Amino acid sequence: MRRAFVAILKRDLALAARAGGGGELALVFFLTLVVLVPFALGPDLDLLSRIGPAILWLGALLSVLIGLDRLFQGDEEDGSLDLIRASSLPLELAVLAKGLAHWLTTGLPLAVVSPLLGLLVALPGEGVLPLVATLLVGTPALSFIGAGGAALAAGLRRGGLIVPVLVAPLTIPVLIFGVSAANAALGGTVPFLTPFLILCAISLSAIVVGTMAAAAALRSAE
Amino acid sequence: MVEGVGGSAVLRQDSFPPTRLDAENLACRRGGRLIFEGVSLTLGQGEAIALTGRNGAGKSSLIAMLCGRLRPDGGTIRIEGDEEDVQLAEISHLIGHRDGLKTALTARENLAFAQDVLGDAAASPEEALTVVGLPHAAELPVGYLSAGQRRRVALARLLVSARPFWLLDEPMAALDTASQAMLTGLMQAHLKQGGAILAATHGPLGLDGARELRIGP
Repeated sequence: MRRAFVAILKRDLALAARAGGGGELALVFFLTLVVLVPFALGPDLDLLSRIGPAILWLGALLSVLIGLDRLFQGDEEDGSLDLIRASSLPLELAVLAKGLAHWLTTGLPLAVVSPLLGLLVALPGEGVLPLVATLLVGTPALSFIGAGGAALAAGLRRGGLIVPVLVAPLTIPVLIFGVSAANAALGGTVPFLTPFLILCAISLSAIVVGTMAAAAALRSAE
Repeated sequence: MVEGVGGSAVLRQDSFPPTRLDAENLACRRGGRLIFEGVSLTLGQGEAIALTGRNGAGKSSLIAMLCGRLRPDGGTIRIEGDEEDVQLAEISHLIGHRDGLKTALTARENLAFAQDVLGDAAASPEEALTVVGLPHAAELPVGYLSAGQRRRVALARLLVSARPFWLLDEPMAALDTASQAMLTGLMQAHLKQGGAILAATHGPLGLDGARELRIGP
């Protein structure tokens, strides 16, 4: 069973790394968005650094959403989902492996490059580490909430738009607490840990609920 | 040219535990239209069924139903064997219209993945590729292979993990005559070992003693 789990994880990482795997898509979209925002807002550094965490979080959220529809659709189209269904590995664990691979190839790289992009939005030095921390613990929630939506749309041929529309409303709490934790580190009356711990809780629940929901959606027979 | 004997060399030598598939009075509706009803079949060790019928008769639907991908609109499906509460999908290979291969991965990687996911490891990916006549394609991305070659890589899955039931949906499609003979050899070896085969087909399978189940008008 562990072998099957590792095999799915490794295969998805390999696919994301190969040409056309879509691993770079989220990262490039994130870079583009955050690079363009300062040009749109103008040279007001105070304004930029005040809304910097929000821009970075919004950019990360949208970047994760755009590639989500392919999470199960590709496997459904070429029949490899039937292969995974035929495994004795419970579908929940298969979804967990795929969600984990999705986070490792989208959420994690976004968190890693965010300090660099923090420079572009004049993020103060003391805000950088907290921002990376919120992205690190918050993006798994996006991947797994997204997995639930992606599983529902797995069988749809043109489900491209449905997944972000389904998933975006559910990610609002992640965005609220992610941004408020990142902002709290820059001053204000709220201590950093309060929203940060709530964000951790949302992420942990999303991993459980998203995995169960996605497995149920994939299992249900027509 | 690999004949049945060569095929059996890489198949697992010990036979499968006794299992029997029993389906009674299955009915299928798609989009409100009745596709078939009253289809019954039993499939035990060493038996083969050639599933025939015109296009759209519901051959693929019947196979999807047996693996639990489609809910029957009537009838029952039972697996009788030593293990309780086992699903046919977990003890069978399904080779359908979609090959189940990732075009960006090499043939060997695809087969190694199938072996890890399906379990019950039998032949190694390299051995399986040799049997289907594609030893040179092991390190090629599947995207570079032709339709018939991809089909042979998919068929090599039958060898990398040992499962008693083979559910094949038009397995001969896209295969050249030599490959068709190779597949017939593999199926004969599988039956000899106590496996069972259900194959939807339009042409002859080349199996002695295969029963024909015709569905639809």
